[in-house]
Amino acid sequence: MLKRLIVPYQFVITVRLGIKSLLLHKLRSSLTMLGIIFGVCSVIAMLAIGEGASYEAQEAIKKLGSNNILIRSLKPPEQARQQGMGGPRGMQLKYGLTYADSGRLMTTIPGVVRLLPMRIIRENVRFAQNEVPCQVIGTLPFYPEVGGAEVVRGRFLAPMDEQHQENVCVITTGLARRLFPIQDPLEHSVRIDTFYYRVIGIIQERSQPEQRTQAGKMEGQPLDNNVYIPLSTSRTRFGEILIRRSAGSFEAEEVQLHQITVQMRDTAAVETADPQIKTLLGRFHDQNDYEIIVPLQLLRQAEQTKRIFSIVLGSIAAISLLVGGIGIMNIMLATVTERTREIGIRRALGAKRSDITLQFLVETVVLSVGGGLIGVMVGILVPILVSSLTTMKTIVTPWSVLLAFSISGAVGIIFGLYPAKAAAKLDPIEALRHE
Amino acid sequence: MPMQAQAGQPAPVPPPPPGDNSIIRLERIEKTYFLGGENIVRALAGVDLSIEEGSFVAIMGPSGSGKSTMLNILGCLDRPTAGRYWLGGEDVSRMSDDELSEARGRRIGFIFQSYNLIAQLTVIENIQVPLFYRGVDLKATYDRCVELARLVGLGDRLHHRPTQLSGGQQQRVAVARSLVNDPLMILADEPTGNLDSRTGAEVLDLISRLNEAGKTIILVTHDDKVAARAHRVVRMKDGLVDQDIDQLPPAARSGGNGRGASC
Ligand SMILES: Nc1ncnc2c1ncn2[C@@H]1O[C@H](COP(=O)(O)OP(=O)(O)O)[C@@H](O)[C@H]1O
Ligand SMILES: [Mg+2]
Repeated sequence: MLKRLIVPYQFVITVRLGIKSLLLHKLRSSLTMLGIIFGVCSVIAMLAIGEGASYEAQEAIKKLGSNNILIRSLKPPEQARQQGMGGPRGMQLKYGLTYADSGRLMTTIPGVVRLLPMRIIRENVRFAQNEVPCQVIGTLPFYPEVGGAEVVRGRFLAPMDEQHQENVCVITTGLARRLFPIQDPLEHSVRIDTFYYRVIGIIQERSQPEQRTQAGKMEGQPLDNNVYIPLSTSRTRFGEILIRRSAGSFEAEEVQLHQITVQMRDTAAVETADPQIKTLLGRFHDQNDYEIIVPLQLLRQAEQTKRIFSIVLGSIAAISLLVGGIGIMNIMLATVTERTREIGIRRALGAKRSDITLQFLVETVVLSVGGGLIGVMVGILVPILVSSLTTMKTIVTPWSVLLAFSISGAVGIIFGLYPAKAAAKLDPIEALRHE
Repeated sequence: MPMQAQAGQPAPVPPPPPGDNSIIRLERIEKTYFLGGENIVRALAGVDLSIEEGSFVAIMGPSGSGKSTMLNILGCLDRPTAGRYWLGGEDVSRMSDDELSEARGRRIGFIFQSYNLIAQLTVIENIQVPLFYRGVDLKATYDRCVELARLVGLGDRLHHRPTQLSGGQQQRVAVARSLVNDPLMILADEPTGNLDSRTGAEVLDLISRLNEAGKTIILVTHDDKVAARAHRVVRMKDGLVDQDIDQLPPAARSGGNGRGASC
């Protein structure tokens, strides 16, 4: 057999013979191939869908920055309940992150590059007749680098703005569109509460702060309505106590900072800092009024989930390939029985056992590799079709194509070996007497 | 499925004496089928036979006398249970399965009663099969195959399939195929058994001509007319050679033996 494999000319003849024999039974051969086609196609398609699903999740997490740790203020569950049950009117809540927390994090946690504090206040922003509910975010000038935003026009807040508590603001592209349908927003002033802020820049967010906050707090707002003002301005203009009026009653909350993004030196520092931040904050907060989000861990979890997802999908697809393989084996066993006499003739004319093995093995491999090739083509088409008909993202990775194709080849060899060996084992005399 | 014992015992027989013109020597060849329990069939019970190069031997005998069994052993399709078989100076009874395959491919040409062509191959491809298993370049030997097809009168049917040919034509293809490797001998098991008398005679003529050209022919037949063309008739009975008669070449005979003048 080896000798014949080495002589390419004879191998080519054996392959041609195999194709010829398969073409003799076109329907049977194509039905047998169908099993492999479905198997390979489903391996590729399923992995592509799985890959696509996890890609989007991973991208969203990556945008938060894998070197960052996010700490957010949370309304403690007990207090939220009291409020909801109509607690004492005019009750004032005090919770969340403080400026002191920020200072402690900076001084005690090793590997911190810088801290980005944020105050997030819900207010309506007005320009001329337009009024849009927004998040007014007080933050520091380096927000774009840490939070992943891109200045589209003008500039972002500068250190001078922070120092002088300037009444300037930077708005997001979405808000610019809504608030200034015709005018150029730059150098116009918008009104928030009773104060005016000059628009000095427009930014494009990569990740939406709303997406980062809990789902329950979305309150049906458009995602891209953010106004950035200097943190110092936010403190003086809005004060530390935020009052929210609602039908006949009002709530007052004291929240110093809504979010702190801790930028770490590298991912290793993220790993060590995570538990340290937990203990540090735990020491100064006696209620559960903050949450820590580590994008790096989320990313790892997403990758883990994806791996499990791929294994499950892959196994289902592999089972269908297995079934295809059994189909091939079944047909080849029938073929061997049917062609017993031919085997006898070939043996009488000088074919060795290995020649017979090779002949039938080549036939099964032609079947399975042929099915594999068609399966690859269909398997690449299906995800494209799925993507174009639905919003689902799919990614066909080269390795999944390679995997599916080589599995189909392996299936041919594994399931072809037994029938081929059975054919070779036939006694020439018995085989010649067959029929 | 019969149980077959393999030739196993050490050989007390010395190699054939040199200077002998025989290409085939059978020495006390036995073939026993073990059918389980006490059930044993001795298909060959110790046959001694030698055949010289260029001879034309007909093997005859009643059904079940062991003709086919002997032809299978001669054709290296089977190994004897006991005894030795020398083919062109080599001991076949000791050969491995691969060596037997090679011996069949290179030294023996088969002609079967039922032609045994491969259905999905054309005439020329059928003729090429033994060359393929010998590892010969099929392109380089293509002309020779065409030559052989012409020799058997099928030069105009090279790309026909067996089903498109008559029985006589199919058997001619088989004759051409048996010649393609230039074998030591041609074995034929009732080559005319499936043919009507006219085409049978034509095929027999073809085989006789091969013998006249020097090929060794061994054929099994029930037909006295066929046997009459041979130089030697070996009659088998109960797994043994019963009679071994040399007869004059047909050309030297003058219509004797009650034979028609069809030759
Ligand atoms: N594979 C086998 N298993 C068992 N018995 C067999 C087998 N082949 C042949 N025989 C027996 O061996 C004897 C000789 O058979 P065979 O050589 O075919 O006779 P012939 O060709 O002269 O008619 C017969 O009795 C037959 O039944
Ligand atoms: Mg017989």
